[in-house]
Amino acid sequence: MITIDQLQEIKEKYQDVVNFRREHAEKGTGKYRSHVLVCAGTGCTSSGSPKIADKLEEEIKAAGLEEEVCVIRTGCHGLCALGPVMIIYPEAAFYSNMEIEHIPEIVSEHLVKGNVVTKYLYQETVTEDGIISMNQTNFYKPQNRVALRNCGVINPECIDEYIGTDGYQALAKVLTTMSREDVVKCITDSGLRGRGGGGFPTGKKWQFAMGGAPGIQKYVCCNADEGDPGAFMDRSVLEGDPHVVFEAMAIAGYVIGANQGYIYVRAEYPIAVDRLNIALKQAREYGVLGKDIFGTGFDFDIDLRLGAGAFVCGEETALMTSIEGNRGEPKPRPPFPAVKGLFGQPTILNNVETWANIPQIILRGAEWFASMGTEKSRGTKVFALGGKINNVGLVEIPMGTTLREVVENIGGGIPGGKKFKAAQTGGPSGGCISMENYDVPIDYDNLISIGSMMGSGGLIVMDEDDCMVDIAKFFLEFTVDESCGKCTPCRIGTKRLLELLNKITEGKAEMEDLDRMVELCNLIKENSLCALGQTAPNPVLSTYKYFKDEYIAHVKDKKCPAGKCKNLVSYHIDPEKCIGCTLCAKNCPADAITGEKKQPHEIDGSKCLKCGVCMSKCKKEAIYKA
Amino acid sequence: MIKVTIDGIAVEVEQGSTILEAAKAAGVEIPTLCYLKDVTPEASCRMCMVEIEGMPKLVTACSFPAADGNVVHTRSERVVKARRGVLELLMSNHKTDCFSCPQNGMCKLQDLCFEYGVKDVPFEGVEKPIDDSNKFFTYDPNLCILCHRCVNTCQKRTCRGSIDTTQRGFRSVISPAFGMDWADSNCESCGNCVQACPTGALTMKKQKTYRHWDVEKVLTTCPHCATGCQYYVYVKDNKVVDVEAADGPSNRGLLCVKGRSASFDFAQSDERITTPLIKDRDTGEFKEAGWDEALDLVASKFKDIKNTYGGQALAGFACSRSTNEDIYMLQKMTRVAFESNNTDNCARV
Repeated sequence: MITIDQLQEIKEKYQDVVNFRREHAEKGTGKYRSHVLVCAGTGCTSSGSPKIADKLEEEIKAAGLEEEVCVIRTGCHGLCALGPVMIIYPEAAFYSNMEIEHIPEIVSEHLVKGNVVTKYLYQETVTEDGIISMNQTNFYKPQNRVALRNCGVINPECIDEYIGTDGYQALAKVLTTMSREDVVKCITDSGLRGRGGGGFPTGKKWQFAMGGAPGIQKYVCCNADEGDPGAFMDRSVLEGDPHVVFEAMAIAGYVIGANQGYIYVRAEYPIAVDRLNIALKQAREYGVLGKDIFGTGFDFDIDLRLGAGAFVCGEETALMTSIEGNRGEPKPRPPFPAVKGLFGQPTILNNVETWANIPQIILRGAEWFASMGTEKSRGTKVFALGGKINNVGLVEIPMGTTLREVVENIGGGIPGGKKFKAAQTGGPSGGCISMENYDVPIDYDNLISIGSMMGSGGLIVMDEDDCMVDIAKFFLEFTVDESCGKCTPCRIGTKRLLELLNKITEGKAEMEDLDRMVELCNLIKENSLCALGQTAPNPVLSTYKYFKDEYIAHVKDKKCPAGKCKNLVSYHIDPEKCIGCTLCAKNCPADAITGEKKQPHEIDGSKCLKCGVCMSKCKKEAIYKA
Repeated sequence: MIKVTIDGIAVEVEQGSTILEAAKAAGVEIPTLCYLKDVTPEASCRMCMVEIEGMPKLVTACSFPAADGNVVHTRSERVVKARRGVLELLMSNHKTDCFSCPQNGMCKLQDLCFEYGVKDVPFEGVEKPIDDSNKFFTYDPNLCILCHRCVNTCQKRTCRGSIDTTQRGFRSVISPAFGMDWADSNCESCGNCVQACPTGALTMKKQKTYRHWDVEKVLTTCPHCATGCQYYVYVKDNKVVDVEAADGPSNRGLLCVKGRSASFDFAQSDERITTPLIKDRDTGEFKEAGWDEALDLVASKFKDIKNTYGGQALAGFACSRSTNEDIYMLQKMTRVAFESNNTDNCARV
């Protein structure tokens, strides 16, 4: 077990190492003259970063630089679209789209000779005036990394580096200088709200769990069951900075009087689970988790529980039921978990991103945190950008940033110069934000008032080619599949709603079906047991609200304006443009296209599968959808 | 005590009571399907939705704690609309051949649909396979509304834990672990799940031999062992055709497999012995005898033994199926007439 003095010693020893990789930080003298940070988040790992790191080490060794240059496998840097990415300090050269073949050149030029290999850099950092820091690019400049502050900076498998960047200082401060009430006041004053989607004030939640008889068993849980399609905020924190979650949970344990925490994490996040296990082992070795932490008499330990991937287990009562070893199904509230939660005991549950904010709030103060964001939504929010956007990846922006800023500036706009149509926040529980709300500042209350919700932070961008009925159908298919089946409205209602949407996209619906659809949405929303059902109709209701004409076009005119719904689309060849090259006919999998060479071809609608191959193959743009 | 108003009726109930309990105290009936007394509320069927003034959402009466000053409406337009919506959804995935359903006339879903005017089934259901493997009862998922009363009964009342929901969402069905057949599971066939079922999803096979309106219900004590479970026997044409657990002090609405399925068939068996039989020593065959003849013979033999070898040579052992009164009489006879204390019974099922 380490003492607070030893904690300070480790901090002093390692802060230079970490600061070496931070812009604007004072640089001390470290062992290595260069740090090469290779992203080892899930995104870059799947695009091949482990091999890049291995090759780097091999080349560095071959060049005899192993005493001068170190290779660090970090968490996510955010710009997943350009992965694998790698940053070399002290130059802060941001290399993107790395390939193994680039490595020898980078080692020999950059690491040996000191010449940055400009051609492999993220091109946004290359300007006429020279190389700029990644933090000056459109993607990073508007961001403010609080929850992600250590992701992509520290080695997540090294507790010393975490300590070197103020790690476990907040816990030490709380245990030695603050009362439980002080901590709750600080969290309450900061205005932090739950980042899992609900937006409940965190301080208030903790306060509810403070009561009860003295000595009663209580629990602290971390919701790492991130299930929204396309969302990976929590995964990135766990992969890049696992200790921050432990530290925050221990603080909460001190506040409510709990000695045991559980992290419920998806088994589908193997890298996160590995790093959590490594971090857990180190934290126990150092005694920052376990008995008598820092000699203060406070005991707190954490165990992992792996979820099998049911979306509903992200709902707090279902998550606790699952930890208890039962089938993951929600329970009615009240009683709320703060009164009767895990194993029937008072429990607080916060999501990973919420936890990741806590230590910084303790160290830098409530005012600092409250100075960011909007009046009712303080701080920053991490979003996972996906869909039709150039910079697919992870961003952390102050609350109140507009969608326009996120899409056009940070996100780098929409591929192919297409027009923005809508963005979905909150995944299958959220709704779409249309062009009309493009400039609304994103915060909890604004999103609710325009029929969407913050959700955990997935942000999926749609362009003019996307059919909004089809999008609603996509999300509903997800909820139908993920409904646990416990309550009637969600189990049967969502299925019936999907059937109605299918009818609409197949051109078989009548105008009355739209009324039935809305009525069914309201029934499910008002009467479902848990948030999964209560929010499941949101994608339908919000697309219907903002894109009613598209629904009507499907129903009345039997047309899909975006040309997405197969049953409502037919392919045709413009005889004026067709030169009879036969390319379409050769590629058609259904032999639906006929015609003589050098003569205009024709598509047989009865055979056509509407796969669109012909259209993509035609070099003369002679094929069109109608 | 807290004061609550239910549909205009003011009642006082204990702190911690649910809205459903308060309504009961006010004499107001709130429909339920999944609610099971004394078990943590499931709150899944969403039939018991009620409106509390000042609250934006409808709440489930079975689980929501009443608060002092609550003004509750159990029949408002909004509530009725919600309940009808729920019933329509349930019916949208429920076979409607009620005529051939053994539960016809006893079905809570049928009654509620009648009450709330749910007639049409606007959607087509999906046919799921029936589990007929158990010897005593049948599970038809096409009639199941997944209220989980069976599951909660099995897990929390009989504490056997043989069944739960398998699959999820719309595909959910009730079954033993991993979807195995009922017959292959650890199910003891007690049938308490069947009695808990509000529809025809779980029915005793015996139910096919009668209709509910044909039978007379007679409250009695199960003869199988000395636990003394109370049940109703269903009598049709002077024959016992089925039983239903009653809320007796020793069984609280539960029965065991023997009580439910093996305690009365013998009553109308053709092979049942209706007169005493005396064995012919020469031929070894039993011959019908009168009661006086038989009792005289037994009494004289007992006397012979007692006179020759003393009372200690005799013992009285009663069958567990005997009533308390019979067992009492037997031990009395053993002690007084035999002059022996060797008496016991096997009533330890």
